[in-house]
Amino acid sequence: MFFPISGADISPIYLAVVGFLIGILGGFFGVGGSFIAGPALRLAGLDWNFAVGTDLAHIVGKSVVAAKRHRALGNVDLRLGLIMAVGTIGGAEVGAQAIQMLKRAGNVNFVVSIVSIVVYLSISTFMLWESRKTLLSAKGRSQGNVTKAAKSKKDHSAFGPVTRAIQRLKIWPMISLPVSGIRAISLWMILLVAFVGGLFSGFLGGGAGYIRMPSMVYVLGIPTHLAVGTDLFEIIISASYGTFSHAIKGNVDILIALVMHTGAAIGAQIGAISTQYFAGPRIRLAFVPLPLIGAAIVIYTMISGHKL
Amino acid sequence: MKKETAKTVRAFAIELVIYAVLVVTYFFLVLHLLGQWLYQLEVQHRYVYAVLAILLIIGQAVLLESVTTFLIRLIRGRSE
Repeated sequence: MFFPISGADISPIYLAVVGFLIGILGGFFGVGGSFIAGPALRLAGLDWNFAVGTDLAHIVGKSVVAAKRHRALGNVDLRLGLIMAVGTIGGAEVGAQAIQMLKRAGNVNFVVSIVSIVVYLSISTFMLWESRKTLLSAKGRSQGNVTKAAKSKKDHSAFGPVTRAIQRLKIWPMISLPVSGIRAISLWMILLVAFVGGLFSGFLGGGAGYIRMPSMVYVLGIPTHLAVGTDLFEIIISASYGTFSHAIKGNVDILIALVMHTGAAIGAQIGAISTQYFAGPRIRLAFVPLPLIGAAIVIYTMISGHKL
Repeated sequence: MKKETAKTVRAFAIELVIYAVLVVTYFFLVLHLLGQWLYQLEVQHRYVYAVLAILLIIGQAVLLESVTTFLIRLIRGRSE
């Protein structure tokens, strides 16, 4: 099928299948999946600028479907999502400016590659350690009925004491998040988490859900199911902003995004429904390979000198 | 339990086939007709195109979510 906006000739079945796979990941983990979608579009012959912009547009659609499904399951904290969207957009702008500065200095590819590898590996290592420790301690506490734990959405974390210390920080204004079960937390902490996520989104590209979702769990103390659903809701707003920004620069082929999304719509529903059957620490443990895939892609591009 | 799983898989397979037929029809009817018009818009009115792009993807998301939810209800309802 010929797509006149980008001038690319890509099989719609390929696009729908890629969308379907990324939809499952997005619905289950609350991530945009840009670390897979970007290279997949590039492999299909799309220019890198179109791959980034078009992927963002497809993320908007996929997140609408997954967030709607998560909302029906009671997994979306709207107040938290709206506050986070403000911080994310601010962070994304600063991240984009940092990229421009590095471009002028002439070492953007090297710096971005090294930073992303360090970040991806750190997230995976930390989540592997934490989720395994939590699962092992949960086994000690009870016989670990997973379905019951998943139903209650109560989350245990080996990082819990640090999270509670963060929640005790009294930096005015304090707000409550009843949906997430948090009595009081500093607004600045939420904005900081969102800002850092946005910063990485602007700096490394994509939605940076691989940073924001774990940060919501470990720093803010949001239960994993709610972190996944709320992150998806937040991504709708921030990815829409990113899509608009890329579209006016001529980087979005909306026809490709629409075709990809036909697969993602059904994948995202499957992913979202699947979260019901897993407890929080198991979702976090399953999340571990995702940043590793991102790191592997970056290492490959550094070694081969190709941009996938 | 196994019977239930088989029922779910069968319902999902039927849903996927119906969904695939709908999507292929959608490709040819909507995207084919919209293609040239969107291309012209992207070249001549970038800001209008940017807003429309977001509206289109959100609109499609809401529509497809409704279609898949309807299909799930229809097929599961009948198989029970």
